[in-house]
Amino acid sequence: MSLWEYANPKKFMGWTGPVLPWAFGAAGVCLAVGLFWGFFLTPDDYRQGSTVKIIYLHVPSALMAINAWMMMLVASLIWLVRRHHVSALAAKAAAPVGITMTLIALMTGAIWGQPMWGTYWAWDPRLTSFLILFLFYLGYMALWAAIDDPDTAADLTSVLCIVGSVFALLSRYAVNFWNQGLHQGASLSLDKEENVSDVFFFPLLVCIAGFVLLFVALVLLRTRTEIRARRLRALQLREVRT
Amino acid sequence: MIPDLGKYGFEVVSAYAVSIVLLLAIIGLSWRQSVKQRRALETAEARRHG
Repeated sequence: MSLWEYANPKKFMGWTGPVLPWAFGAAGVCLAVGLFWGFFLTPDDYRQGSTVKIIYLHVPSALMAINAWMMMLVASLIWLVRRHHVSALAAKAAAPVGITMTLIALMTGAIWGQPMWGTYWAWDPRLTSFLILFLFYLGYMALWAAIDDPDTAADLTSVLCIVGSVFALLSRYAVNFWNQGLHQGASLSLDKEENVSDVFFFPLLVCIAGFVLLFVALVLLRTRTEIRARRLRALQLREVRT
Repeated sequence: MIPDLGKYGFEVVSAYAVSIVLLLAIIGLSWRQSVKQRRALETAEARRHG
């Protein structure tokens, strides 16, 4: 059986139904364990003090803000190339989750920035590209809402998604491109010298797993809602015609 | 129960509060929309078959 068959709306509703409770359950467990571990059981950092505990929210949400857009990009490309309706609906479903992650990253970053940098906001390359990513999310959702014909909306939002990917990538690599600004380099690295200490690293990994699972669960749930909305619209149109 | 957060207590607690509120909001909103859409579709399907 081809992989694409799983994306058939009927098949998609069939396999995602039983998966959803497990995805939400696993996300809940990972988030509860990771945040409890990070908040209650880790020590303060010698420079940042207790504000280091914000890392368990800021890093996973920032990671997911970028990855959500990348997932939308892949889904949009599939729509443009293969005209697969579920992929367009999955991209649409992911946007509100992605913007929530972006907002969490921006707000926790600002709250952390005030005591550490002495300001809530700076026009730093990474912060600015993240703000632009947030605006792209807003524009993407507004475009979906503004166009009545779903296929035209999917086409135009897909193009917007491709353009916005530049800023999604930029927000990840801005620190490397421009060696200036306040934001430090990546907190997670394969290089053990650059990575955060193990005492912060392991609860952070659990929190990241929790955010990834929550994203997957929410996108599946919201895609199911979009498929139902599309079916409802088709039924209503049929009723009007007869 | 809450660990000693020193002079940054307000910042740490508000970061957690804001994030948890936003996460609960997107979960609640998604759930509500899902239930609403499922009911509307069930009603339309019933009308079609009934």
